[in-house]
Amino acid sequence: MLSRDEDILKAAEDWRKSGRGVALATVVETWGSAPRPVGSNLVIDNEGNFLGSVSGGCVEGAVVTEAIDVIESGKPKMLEFGVADETAWKVGLSCGGTIRVYVEKVS
Amino acid sequence: MKLDILHAINAERAARRAAVVVTDVASGTQRLVKAADIAKDPLKELLEKRVRMAKSGMEETPQGRVFLTVHVPSPQLVITGAVHISQTLAPMGQMLGYDVTIVDPRTAFASIERFPDVKVIAEWPDVALPPLNVDRYTAFAALTHDPKIDDPALKHALARDCFYIGALGSKKTHARRVTRLKEAGLSDADIARIHAPIGLAIGAVSPAEIAVAIMAEITERLRKKPEAA
Repeated sequence: MLSRDEDILKAAEDWRKSGRGVALATVVETWGSAPRPVGSNLVIDNEGNFLGSVSGGCVEGAVVTEAIDVIESGKPKMLEFGVADETAWKVGLSCGGTIRVYVEKVS
Repeated sequence: MKLDILHAINAERAARRAAVVVTDVASGTQRLVKAADIAKDPLKELLEKRVRMAKSGMEETPQGRVFLTVHVPSPQLVITGAVHISQTLAPMGQMLGYDVTIVDPRTAFASIERFPDVKVIAEWPDVALPPLNVDRYTAFAALTHDPKIDDPALKHALARDCFYIGALGSKKTHARRVTRLKEAGLSDADIARIHAPIGLAIGAVSPAEIAVAIMAEITERLRKKPEAA
């Protein structure tokens, strides 16, 4: 489990060094049942390639879209996903939990 | 995240050293605190606790809200003795997230049939242990009952500062071991670090129960704050 996280951060570094635009998404808070623990990472490049997971699949699509924005603007974003959230209609967590994800550019 | 911080994290992880990234949530500024620098950090206590629990999370500090991303090497469990207890202890360790390696030069014991999913090295400890990167994120259990195998491995585990060191054997067996280790020049403080008889005192009888007692003791050493001396 931890060794996979290692691979993700190594990929983030390698992707950036090879000249790709890269963002790192990190689960920073969870409430209720959340599929991935705080500290889990997803690394995204400017073409939408990604590695790792922040939710076991439920919201990765939305995080990738936001991450591409972050790569363009350079400004970090705090995202929240959960059943109470309006976006939940599209990308809610099936488990009923809420997660907060911090997305930052690797610069 | 700045590329140099990311590079430093990856370097620390590759070297099997703990590190914490402190992110100021409001401003987005970040800094990396390496394990060796935690003691002199203003957030010392928070960082120590987080590293011990291997748990990332949000914290309120006098400087504002920060997110702590904790990077801790994955723990490993090294066992001497491809014995009956190890047949339960090894898979149990794997379930708990440890990279498990068994060392036993006796090839009849260290067979793949007995340990289908575990890394088993059929070599003497002086050959098998040095490449394993035994370190302070390593738990070590000496289970062979054979001083020729267990003693050199115990010395290696002590020299590498394993967070847990246990040795199988009754009080009598351990007393003889203490005598041997003292003759070999080990200090009382070092010898006192060996948990023996091995495992929490839960009245374990069967090999599988002894494995439970050992794994419980390892977990306690990993997670509980060491008692003040």
